[in-house]
Amino acid sequence: MTELSYRQALNDTLRAELTRDENVYLIGEEIGVFEGSYKITAGLLAEFGPKRVVDTPISEEGFTGVAIGSAMLGLRPVVEIMTLNFSLIAIDQIVNHAAKMYGMFGGQVRVPMVIRTPGGGGQQLAATHSQNLEVWYAHIPGLKVVAPSNPADAKALLTAAIRDDDPVLFLENLALYNAKGEVPDGEQVGEIGKAAVAREGSDITVVSYSRGVVTALDVAEQFASDGVSVEVVDLRSLRPLDRDTVCESVRKTSRAVIFEDDLLSYGIGAEISATIGEGAFDWLDAPVRRVAAAEVPLPYSKPLESAAMPDAAALSKVIRETLAASGFTGGRRG
Amino acid sequence: MADTRRPAKSGTTVKRKGESADVLRGYYEQMVLVREFELRASEMYARAKIGGYCHLNLGEEATVVGLMAALQERDYLFTTYRDHGYAIIRGMDPGAVMAELFGKSTGVVGGRGGSMHMFDYALRMMGGYGIVGGQIPPATGAAFAINYRSEAGKDAEAVMCLLGDATTNIGAFHESLNLAGLWKLPIVYVIVNNRLGMGTPVERASAEPDLYKRGCAYRIPGVRVDGDDPIAVRDAALAALEKARVERQPAILETMSFRLKGHSVVDPARYRSTADNEEAQENDPVPAFRNRLLNDGVLDAAAAEAIHDAVEARVTAAVDFADSSPDPSPDDLFDFVYATPVANASRAYPGDPVMATS
Repeated sequence: MTELSYRQALNDTLRAELTRDENVYLIGEEIGVFEGSYKITAGLLAEFGPKRVVDTPISEEGFTGVAIGSAMLGLRPVVEIMTLNFSLIAIDQIVNHAAKMYGMFGGQVRVPMVIRTPGGGGQQLAATHSQNLEVWYAHIPGLKVVAPSNPADAKALLTAAIRDDDPVLFLENLALYNAKGEVPDGEQVGEIGKAAVAREGSDITVVSYSRGVVTALDVAEQFASDGVSVEVVDLRSLRPLDRDTVCESVRKTSRAVIFEDDLLSYGIGAEISATIGEGAFDWLDAPVRRVAAAEVPLPYSKPLESAAMPDAAALSKVIRETLAASGFTGGRRG
Repeated sequence: MADTRRPAKSGTTVKRKGESADVLRGYYEQMVLVREFELRASEMYARAKIGGYCHLNLGEEATVVGLMAALQERDYLFTTYRDHGYAIIRGMDPGAVMAELFGKSTGVVGGRGGSMHMFDYALRMMGGYGIVGGQIPPATGAAFAINYRSEAGKDAEAVMCLLGDATTNIGAFHESLNLAGLWKLPIVYVIVNNRLGMGTPVERASAEPDLYKRGCAYRIPGVRVDGDDPIAVRDAALAALEKARVERQPAILETMSFRLKGHSVVDPARYRSTADNEEAQENDPVPAFRNRLLNDGVLDAAAAEAIHDAVEARVTAAVDFADSSPDPSPDDLFDFVYATPVANASRAYPGDPVMATS
């Protein structure tokens, strides 16, 4: 085990995969000479050269499509799209092409590619640069969507994504890059499609992913000191979705809150809530609640931005309300 | 006023050095095959054997044959949704192409793609694409992969990417050309100019209607060729592919032809004037090429008739094969969603419980 930042875990993994397989190459804007807008690719151009670390002009649709075509011929591109917002410019290539080819062409061609891209608000980047659009991609069969919440999962899931023969959208988060955690040494290949119980508990389940898990774990720690046992489920994979792990947890705790960075309506939480309704209805002691972003174009000004984003206070409030709604009598608050 | 949209005719004779009679008759046979296949597809559509969209290569036969004659086995082909003829002349079995149109399990992609999505990896026919312009970035990526893996040279691989005239107005075209020009990729973009993007003439859609010039912003040279002449098309494509292989110089080739029917089989093309229609029919490349071969003594009437009869029998056999082939099974619905098996992938049919296991 080594303590690493999320950023360093990604950088190390890219280096390891570039070294392991010469078909792996990186492509994106400012990833080479500039070393990445968020320095995820720092040092890799110097180490692997311009053939393996390809700087592109600003043309997301073009270079994402180039990655797809090269993957059809057997290369394994890792695309960096500077932020998830800019993936909209490439969405035809991602949704209509990368996601469709294997099925539409009868299984004759594989598209082994990864699109790495950070989502997330909270950096005062205003409405167009702060979105959490992961559900758009999680909606699409043919794509796999992973959203690791910690450096260890970032390493294991990025390794798995690069070795996977399907297009994988690998969701990062601007607020996670400096987060530190213990990372197992040596090769680690994670399993896409599996959630994890990030913290065991018995009174209430919080379901989250990516940055939300970090907040949920902090909140769970606070509740523990009040005698409330919060279980945190980290989805890790948004498509496929591990519904069993979610429902298994809720069957144990009888209460569920979903904590998500995306917008409330039609969001990830809506899907989780419906899943719990179908898979754990008889175990529920209170309605499933969602804590998600306010439905506005995210403003620039800090007080407005903060008011729109789901945070620890909002999650704590909803946990307390859910406990109260179910007549929870444990814990020091009663 | 001279029609600047059309290059001067290369003449009514095809006699030239090294052009064997067998090759010329072969081209003619291929053109007749595309023609008869498409006429029969239209008929099968009317009989509801074929569903969805169905775009035909009628009027494009000389372009199809000329381009495919220039392409080597090692080259990669990406096409538009108007792809039946290219699929067949590239080497797919007409029966399997017709079966795909019929949505049968014996179709080239097992009935999962239909008219717009013919594909055969072994033939390096990398797909027909239904989204206008969607094929251009992946085709450029195939050229990127060639560049990544191999050296330039006469025996190098290259990519041919087809697109329609109206596609030159979409962003994907310009982004791709910029990348190909910047990175010197071995690709030839063929603009199949049939004068109409659905119902909109080129002059009403493109600020620069000389489409072969549209690569100038990317230092990609272009030439325009008579798309009704398979030999002219072939030779222009050979020259462009050669530069792509040897010099890694991307190129544009604009082929000029006429669409003989509507945009798709259900389009009566009422937006076309009588004069336009007459011009298209007058330039029908199939009888024109037959007459050239007859004039040159490469073909006689009996041989032409024999070719026609043989092709008709082949197309009839294709229809019979498609018609008698089994439908795909709904049990196989979830095949080919993911190439790498993954935990918790949904296999729920409509109305099934949402839980993967419960």
